Amino acid sequence: MIDFNDKIVKQFTIATIFWGIVGMLVGVLIAAQLTWPALNFDIPWLTYSRLRPLHTNAVIFAFGGNALLGTSFYVAQRTCQVKLFSNSLASMVFWGYQLVIVGAALTLPFGFTQSKEYAELIWPLDVLLTVVWVLYAIVYFGTIATRTVKHIYVANWFYAAFIITIAVLHIVNNLAVPVNWHLSYPVFSGAVDALTQWWYGHNAVGFFLTAGFLGMMYYFVPKQAGRPVYSYRLSIVHFWALVSTYMWAGPHHLQYTSLPDWAQSLGMVFSLILLAPSWGGMINGMMTLSGAWDKLRSDPIIKMMIVALSFYGMSTFEGPMMSIKTVNALSHYTDWTIGHVHSGALGWVALMTMASMYSLVPRLWGRDGMYSTNLINVHFWIATLGIVLYIASMWIAGVMQGLMWREVDANGALVYSHVESIEATYPYYVIRLIGGLLFFVGILIQAYNTWKTIKGDKSESAVAGSAAGANA
Amino acid sequence: MSKHEKIEKNIGLMGVLIAVVISFAGIIEIAPLMSQASVVEPVPGLKPRNPLQLAGQNIYVSEGCYNCHSQQVRPFVDETLRYGHYSVAGESVYDRPFQWGSKRTGPDLARVGGRYSNEWHEIHLMDPRSVVPTSNMPGYPWLAETPVDVEQTVASMKTLKMLGHPYSDKEIADAAASLTDKTQLDALVAYLQNLGTAMPRSYQ
Repeated sequence: MIDFNDKIVKQFTIATIFWGIVGMLVGVLIAAQLTWPALNFDIPWLTYSRLRPLHTNAVIFAFGGNALLGTSFYVAQRTCQVKLFSNSLASMVFWGYQLVIVGAALTLPFGFTQSKEYAELIWPLDVLLTVVWVLYAIVYFGTIATRTVKHIYVANWFYAAFIITIAVLHIVNNLAVPVNWHLSYPVFSGAVDALTQWWYGHNAVGFFLTAGFLGMMYYFVPKQAGRPVYSYRLSIVHFWALVSTYMWAGPHHLQYTSLPDWAQSLGMVFSLILLAPSWGGMINGMMTLSGAWDKLRSDPIIKMMIVALSFYGMSTFEGPMMSIKTVNALSHYTDWTIGHVHSGALGWVALMTMASMYSLVPRLWGRDGMYSTNLINVHFWIATLGIVLYIASMWIAGVMQGLMWREVDANGALVYSHVESIEATYPYYVIRLIGGLLFFVGILIQAYNTWKTIKGDKSESAVAGSAAGANA
Repeated sequence: MSKHEKIEKNIGLMGVLIAVVISFAGIIEIAPLMSQASVVEPVPGLKPRNPLQLAGQNIYVSEGCYNCHSQQVRPFVDETLRYGHYSVAGESVYDRPFQWGSKRTGPDLARVGGRYSNEWHEIHLMDPRSVVPTSNMPGYPWLAETPVDVEQTVASMKTLKMLGHPYSDKEIADAAASLTDKTQLDALVAYLQNLGTAMPRSYQ
């Protein structure tokens, strides 16, 4: 019997749900502020421009990050059939990572920021995160290196790529010279700084929010479906294609800016190529259900996973499309981008995380299944409805803004002032807020269900036996 | 595919290969920019920010203005009509960090310098809806009550000089004096009024 370290996975699981609630609550607040600016209250630390980075950092690095770190430790131990490389180092990783998050929450709202998107953390926190990340890599790769099975399971390839690449991105993009304890200036300036930032920013999406979560997908989807991964060959091809292509796509965030044209075009070409490896992952995940499609009806966790993969496929189609320069000319700077990000972030990342947590929690706490399968179902529908409202409203708002900005009359004069595009957007901001609110209610339902499961309570449906229970 | 087994059984080899394949993009896309003249050389007339403008830049960053305002005019008819001459890379060489932004909840600010009066900016920053009734911009009333951080601004100039911004020793020595009695609001307005002024405003 291997002495798996499940305590650390439990800690990360609880942290995932806790920070998910915090990050999404901030998201709901800032969505409301865009609709009703009085909600900024003229209080510095409650002001939109200071809270928006807190929202992005909390949902990406606190919610998503805790989910990735926790599941990577779980998956590495199970698929390598070995205990964690070092329990004490793992514990340091957990608490160190929480310290970085608390540090972010105590600095960003108070105006301590580097202003580079998703890399806003001030330099002392960057240093702390680097240390934590090195420890994390030691524990993770140490576990893989001491495995008792010959092959490294595919989920671990993706987690490995995630850990290595995030380290490179984080260090290069945060190269800076400190002025005092909180202020620093990057070594790169202007256009070089811009490309470095979006090389980082795009690959925070590519390796944190994609490769990492594909690692999660490659373990939990087959596990929950009770089926092997659809195609081993496809795994190999799409893994290397994804890893080698993603890094090139950064310049698509800078189309038509003063970044030299050659870099913009290179970014666009690689973004288009990226569709193939992205859909490779989607197909491999979805087709894993071959022969078990009936589980879509009986198991809401599977349903959530398949919808997550669908959103992954959709947003990885939308992304390359938006990188095409003529499309980007319309979409860039508008709320379409915000819609695109959220179809990936809510639809793919969050739903895959939530489904994996539903799959994981009963296993970790030795229960037959989640407390209530019905509540998983309710969560699924409320979250899906929320996402649809969110992204549809932002699509319409974004396209409308793009068209209003470029509208010229027969004399060649602009038809709309900027503020008229804001006025026209308010109704869509209300719809977006409702969508976000629904999604937030979803994670509250999950938190309740998780709490009852951990406590060991049983609802009527759980007694009847859920699909998740049958699989545990 | 059988050759892939080698990689699947050797985490060291896999790690090295991942590190190699992710490195190409940065080397080929980013590194050449550092020596491309149009990217790293300032446009004629561009000066590093004076102490008050630099203090304003620190406030612009700190308040997170980049979350809603871009500073990058794209080369389209509508944008040059609305904002002026499209942005060129040589205008941003003293921007650390760059402030091109990614979202225009509010309008682009790349050439906002000189477009409105100082008084308009002050009123607008304190209470945006008193001048633009349907704006959704937050107010920043505390800026008027907070003095600029003189010590930090001087330290900023020294650090930026080290990074290649051409400040003279005299400019740094005189910086503190030029900041006395200035509020954060003064600094931010000075920063905004300087934006995009090194280039001719109109595209003609």
